[in-house]
Amino acid sequence: MNALLANPAYAILAIPAGTAVLLALLPGYRLTARLNVAASLATLIAALALFFVPRAAPRPYLLIDDLNIVFVVLNTFVGFTAAYFSASYIGHEIETGKLTAASLRFYHAMYQLMMFGMNLALLSNNIGLMWVAIEVATLTTVLMVGIYRTHAALEAAWKYFILGSVGIALALFGTILVYLAAQPVLGEGTMSMIWTNLLARAAEFDPAILNLAFVFLLLGYGTKVGLAPLHAWLPDAHAEGPTPISAVLSGLLLNVALYAVLRFKMLIATHPDAIAPGPLMVGMGLLSLIFAAFMLYRRRDIKRLFAYSSIEHMGIIVFAFGMGGPLANFAGLLHMVMHSLTKSAIFYSVGHIAQIKGTQQIDGIRGLTQSHPALGWGLALGVLAIAGMPPFGVFMSEFLIVTSTFAREPLLALLLVFGLLVAFGALILRLAGFIFGEPTGKVGPAEASLAPLYAHLALVLAAGIFLPGPVVAWFRAVAALLG
Amino acid sequence: MDRIAFDIAHLLAGGLVLVSFMMIYQERLTALLNVFAMHAVVLALSVSWQAHIQHAPHLYVTAAIALVFKAMIIPGALHRIIRRMGIHREVETVVGVGLTMLAGMGLVAMSIVLMLRLTETADAFAREDLAFALSVVLLGLLMMVTRRNAVSQVVGFMSLENGLILAATGAKGMPLVVEISVAFSVLIAFIVIGVFLFRIRERFDTIDLGALEEYRGENQ
Repeated sequence: MNALLANPAYAILAIPAGTAVLLALLPGYRLTARLNVAASLATLIAALALFFVPRAAPRPYLLIDDLNIVFVVLNTFVGFTAAYFSASYIGHEIETGKLTAASLRFYHAMYQLMMFGMNLALLSNNIGLMWVAIEVATLTTVLMVGIYRTHAALEAAWKYFILGSVGIALALFGTILVYLAAQPVLGEGTMSMIWTNLLARAAEFDPAILNLAFVFLLLGYGTKVGLAPLHAWLPDAHAEGPTPISAVLSGLLLNVALYAVLRFKMLIATHPDAIAPGPLMVGMGLLSLIFAAFMLYRRRDIKRLFAYSSIEHMGIIVFAFGMGGPLANFAGLLHMVMHSLTKSAIFYSVGHIAQIKGTQQIDGIRGLTQSHPALGWGLALGVLAIAGMPPFGVFMSEFLIVTSTFAREPLLALLLVFGLLVAFGALILRLAGFIFGEPTGKVGPAEASLAPLYAHLALVLAAGIFLPGPVVAWFRAVAALLG
Repeated sequence: MDRIAFDIAHLLAGGLVLVSFMMIYQERLTALLNVFAMHAVVLALSVSWQAHIQHAPHLYVTAAIALVFKAMIIPGALHRIIRRMGIHREVETVVGVGLTMLAGMGLVAMSIVLMLRLTETADAFAREDLAFALSVVLLGLLMMVTRRNAVSQVVGFMSLENGLILAATGAKGMPLVVEISVAFSVLIAFIVIGVFLFRIRERFDTIDLGALEEYRGENQ
């Protein structure tokens, strides 16, 4: 107990793990849904405590530094709001008979297990442990994507499973190669898998092995980030799973995989003779951005639309981190936070809208501002924000990325702006259909929980207007850390 | 370096690549499962040889898992499943065998050239082992993309994973190898057999993934 209080990292891991076991045993979906929310809130509080409690020295398995605190706090915050949204969402799924009580017990236990996996991946100082944790998080989401047991859900889960496993296998091969490169310098055994050790001595490793390792790690974890051309699982998994899981996938799981890529990028970047990781990431980022921007046009399913938008934004973020340097890293980090908040807010509104309308087809969703003003305007604000309109935070981070790129590589900046504009056009085109015109389909009253939706939007808006000094200082420190 | 020890490690790892090639041209599911069992046996031999020469007794656990779980339990269970579904006599080909074999040879050549060229400073044991392991991984991937049937895709994934275990045991003193092999086994048992095949079987009379693709939300 003392250890739990002394180091919040233990609490961040113990709460979801313990709750997962408890949720698997408890009956009754109302109780378990509330417990799920309470546990997520407790984890968030533990994560916030990381700011105040003196930081423990890196241990063989756990590490806390400026970089992962940002990720952990974002992860637990969205985890909490998604749990809150999920509690009202699943009530409706029970009523319509789409989910049974037994599958909900499973769902809640898996939700906490997934949070455990993601938090462990973010906090781990051991590259092997990080791999295992990401694998756990992936598997639990596979199971949740397939929870409706329809044809489409099974196919989506299957595709996700196969592509996710291939990605995870490539990442393991990369991890083994990093170990192989480290082993002559750091000796056999656990010492050569501890990230802080690796970082301290990376300059002495064999550069050829490190290069090869990075290619495998980028492809492997990049599959999980959803980078083109390895993105095929992402739209299906988002569209066919329960909407809270779509929000968590887009808002969190992609970030966790990105975090793994960043850790290894930092490692490679310290070696003078290794390949520069930047150009590879810039290339994959741009490809994802432009590809996804065009794919936005012909979507017919609303959740698929926003899934492609996630690919687009992950492309932008990877591009920014690939460019590197204090400004681009800062912008990339900010964009990641803004994207997580905005995209999960969009999925919260889409989830309720799809439940009310009884369809996810875009054609069936019209005139929302007339029939359901609160939800409709929430979605409209979210789409405007994600499309990069001022004064939202996404605009600011995109602006920073574009200007910092223009200063260094004007040609790349042109491609970037082209992709952004194509995506902007697609989203605005769709938005007009959603909010204006005669309402179609069912217009029944909505029992929606609007708090998480508007809380996220308020944060994104506030960040776009004014970023508090301490946040800027913190992000700057992290940007410097990323090199 | 002990010449004989090196040659035997080489022989076993090379044998694994050969068995991977054998899996590529098996068109009948039952035959495929039998060859996979052989793949797992060769892996178990290879891992126990590594355990012997590295004096790492914990690797015997990994070898035992490969032998009992992958060579006996999993193929046995899959045999039962395909018999119950009535697809044990089915023949499947998507891409021609000749073409796939050629592609496989290309992949093996590529991985050997790549690994041997890039890892000149590494321990000779490890680099040869990794070159073979990468070949097995890539052949497993090739099998997953050329097959349509869910069972063959699972077999492809498992052979890919055997390649990873080979790589992990070849890297001398790597921690967590046993844990990783256990995690993979749990993954395979739990997800593949338990959940997916049953659910897919529950909903469809076929486990041909080609048939599943019609149910995408977006028929344009």
